[in-house]
Amino acid sequence: MNKVLSGFVLVALIVSSIAIIGMATPFKVAFVTPSTINDSAWSQSMYDALMTIQNEMGEGNFQFVYSENMFVISDAAAAIRDYASQGYDLVIAHGSQYGGSLVDIAPDFPNTAFAWGSTANTFSDQGITNIFSYQPYSEQGGYVNGVLAAKLSESGIMGVIGPIETGDAKRYTEGFEQGVMATNPNAKVSVTWTGSYSDVSLAAETARTMIKSGADVLTGTSQMVIGAIGVAKKEGAIWFGYDVDQAPLAPKIVVSSVIVDWTVALRPMIDAIQSGTMGGTVYDLTLANGGLKIAVNAEGLVGKTIEGIINGDIKVGE
Amino acid sequence: MNQRKMGDLLPRLIPILAVLLALLVGAVMLALLGTNPWEAYRALFIGAFGSTNALADTIVKATPLLFVGLGICIAFRGGVLNIGGEGQLVTGAIAATAVALAVPTWPGWIIVLMSLSAGMLAGAIWGGIAGLLKAHLNVNEILSTIMLNYIAVFGMNYLLRGPMMDPLQIKLGSFTPQTARLPRSVDLPRLIPTRLHLGAAIAVVLAFAVYVLLWRTTIGFRIRTVGKNLRAALAAGINTKRYMVLSLLLAGAFAGLGGAVEVLGLHHRMFTDGSAFGFTGSAGFNGIVAALFGQLHPIGTIPAAFLLGALLTGANKMQRVMQVPSALIGALSGLIVLLVVGSEIFHRRQIRRADKRNSELEDAVDAKEDS
Amino acid sequence: MTWAVIVGILSSGIRLATPYLYAAVGETIGQVSGVLNLGVDGVMLMGAYVAFFVALRTGSLSLGLIAGAGIGAMFGLIMAFISVTLKAEQGISGIGLYLFGLGLSTFLFGVTIKNVQTIDGFPDLAIPALSRIPVIGEIFFQHNILVYVAFALVPIAWFVLNKTPFGLKVRAVGQNPEAADSLGVNVSRVRYLTVTLGGMLSGIAGASLSIALLNTFQQNLTNGMGFIAVALVYFGGWRVSGVLLGSLLFSTVNAVQLWLQVKGVTIPSDFLLMMPYIVTILVLAAMANRRVNAPAALNKRFERGES
Repeated sequence: MNKVLSGFVLVALIVSSIAIIGMATPFKVAFVTPSTINDSAWSQSMYDALMTIQNEMGEGNFQFVYSENMFVISDAAAAIRDYASQGYDLVIAHGSQYGGSLVDIAPDFPNTAFAWGSTANTFSDQGITNIFSYQPYSEQGGYVNGVLAAKLSESGIMGVIGPIETGDAKRYTEGFEQGVMATNPNAKVSVTWTGSYSDVSLAAETARTMIKSGADVLTGTSQMVIGAIGVAKKEGAIWFGYDVDQAPLAPKIVVSSVIVDWTVALRPMIDAIQSGTMGGTVYDLTLANGGLKIAVNAEGLVGKTIEGIINGDIKVGE
Repeated sequence: MNQRKMGDLLPRLIPILAVLLALLVGAVMLALLGTNPWEAYRALFIGAFGSTNALADTIVKATPLLFVGLGICIAFRGGVLNIGGEGQLVTGAIAATAVALAVPTWPGWIIVLMSLSAGMLAGAIWGGIAGLLKAHLNVNEILSTIMLNYIAVFGMNYLLRGPMMDPLQIKLGSFTPQTARLPRSVDLPRLIPTRLHLGAAIAVVLAFAVYVLLWRTTIGFRIRTVGKNLRAALAAGINTKRYMVLSLLLAGAFAGLGGAVEVLGLHHRMFTDGSAFGFTGSAGFNGIVAALFGQLHPIGTIPAAFLLGALLTGANKMQRVMQVPSALIGALSGLIVLLVVGSEIFHRRQIRRADKRNSELEDAVDAKEDS
Repeated sequence: MTWAVIVGILSSGIRLATPYLYAAVGETIGQVSGVLNLGVDGVMLMGAYVAFFVALRTGSLSLGLIAGAGIGAMFGLIMAFISVTLKAEQGISGIGLYLFGLGLSTFLFGVTIKNVQTIDGFPDLAIPALSRIPVIGEIFFQHNILVYVAFALVPIAWFVLNKTPFGLKVRAVGQNPEAADSLGVNVSRVRYLTVTLGGMLSGIAGASLSIALLNTFQQNLTNGMGFIAVALVYFGGWRVSGVLLGSLLFSTVNAVQLWLQVKGVTIPSDFLLMMPYIVTILVLAAMANRRVNAPAALNKRFERGES
């Protein structure tokens, strides 16, 4: 009798484990972000990365949902907690302002991994083991843009338009200044903070003021720069982009954009979670590991030159 | 008799009908989007009331609305319009945070009391400035409170990315504009194992205190007299300027306390995303809505804040489940406000009819005041 | 400071003042008739979104402008219906209108345009001859058409409000609706007209952002400008000229602080950003003894046959 029963249990176990392997439940990600997923900046870059991974792994193996416009921190915290309680494998809290909430939430859900950025803080010092973090070295991209900017500027005056002087925006701006100075020590970089991530109007007028005071190359961060790009386009100033490829917004004036490719952080993170590590790692996004990329505008001067050489319109070395 | 009861009931049902009408409009829009409206609203309801956690979130959301709303009740009764809730919440929160961080080793309950008082005081000052400007320098409070909101936000940004920034953020090089976590000894106690904290209870107790203040004290009587009829108040020898300042000061104090409670009960630190919204969630505006739904009565504001909190909390859940932009719910809540205030005309007509019936008994002025 | 700097700042100030002017002049007309509309920001957002959407899809800026004005007028009509016909509390109705416009414009943007895009908006139009005048020409006469219209609106609005029979009715309705009513003025009709007109101007204010000054739309594009516009009505003491001064003061101080930042002044940016708001309050406080002719019936409901 006992033998029959144990044989039955064994068969049941085998069948059910085969069923589990056969079903291969997809990896489920929830993504909480402060602005909209079509902001042409911070949120969109992560959304694009998740789409890329979904295309790579297939919808059967990777699914994600998002909560956009979570600029209210306590709403975001509620969303994060709700996703975790629904058994998502990874909850991405895409904003450094969410860190405070994660510390409270993560310990309650040991089977869910969390990720946030930009920061190098995984709270492992507080004994929390299921939080990853990611941090783009924005200053590297800023430096590249700065070098190019200094070469292209005829007036030697360049402008940077940022939201508030902190986080990624601060790092990108400092890198840009360094790049400019290394190339042309006599150049002048004027930096203006609009005090807001969303004040398109002030960003536009800042760009105008900069151009009026002699700047011919501009750059900037956050979703409000759309206003500045518009002005640069109208006034014929050169623009350097950040976060996503901003060339489609003004093909004639964008030279290059620093793109953050979050897949470089997401891929190893997903691998780690699938092999049982739920946190503790900081993923850097640098030029070296491809987390930062420089997107050259195909319709701009550099892009046209490259294309010209490739298709033979430009003869070099003859 | 029965007819009279029906007549009493109908106007009370009209706000509910208004909400239903707004939801109907929303349903049409959802359907146009190809989303099942029934499913969406189910998600909204579950998100607001579906579990202990959801209910707690709703109350947490309602708490700052109630604090701001109580202040609005006083201000409106005193005849001033306080659009400065956002700035007052922010100044209160900053002051509370600064105090708690300054003396982290003191006994917890002492810091909590000091911190909450500091928040209240800062809010009172921020509201009081608008009051003084109105009373003595002829600066309209709508203008000054709007401007003071911006000034508070820029001040907050300066402090959080400068003197008050978490030293850890500087060490890590992340430069996130936020303070260090407050000492755990100042966390307001949780009421049940969710995010629900003592702040909600404080707000409800204060609602009764505001009721007593407005209707059972001389100060409250004078505030209401100034608000109702400035000339009569002057004729009665009331120092109207003083009570104008007091109304705005008290409104600011409640909002400031609300900000402090948000920090001690919920966030345990102060942070900024550049605007006030990230911290307040527009409670400065939604609190006005709550107060007016509550008929500008502090006790009525309690359920009004709760319902508004439910709507806002449920909306986020709806976004998560249906992947519908939460902005739709923002639009619907605006529509609900419009329909509900619009429908009050039926309520007022009712009161007027009652006035005519009891004209010998009732003082018509009092009835108008209650409308 | 060189001439070039002053020219730059003043011409910035004029551009920045444009949306405030439309919205604040519109709000003034409504308030003079006794209706406070706090929902200007929401109406501006709807105007901005609709104008941009129509311009993007049809390629016609004029159609966009008309559509923006039209949706603004529609929102004004909603406000009029709620505050005049239904006699709702005006302050809260306005907040409802704001939330409605903010939510609806964000929602519609998300489902129709989806991604942030730019268009070529109204181009700068140098006025022949006038734009050649040194300094003055560059400050005043090298803007896009909507900037000129905004400034032309000021004398027109002043004339209509102060020198026409209609203006007299508007002021009468705002000061003493009972008396106006007894003299045979249709209080409701006048207020419907002013509030709808105000909404239309707010819609144009939004359009001036999305298809002339910024040439893009994204959620909450106005960033609270509508509230500043309401504040400017109080600053101007319900006079169109005062609104003009207020808009120019606020915007020029903003232009100055931007210029100071661009020049690399070492004051923390947050303090510079506060300047327009502080200066506006201080200037108004310094004029404490001015005579203000506030519409006595502002923010009060009018019931025919009462009192």
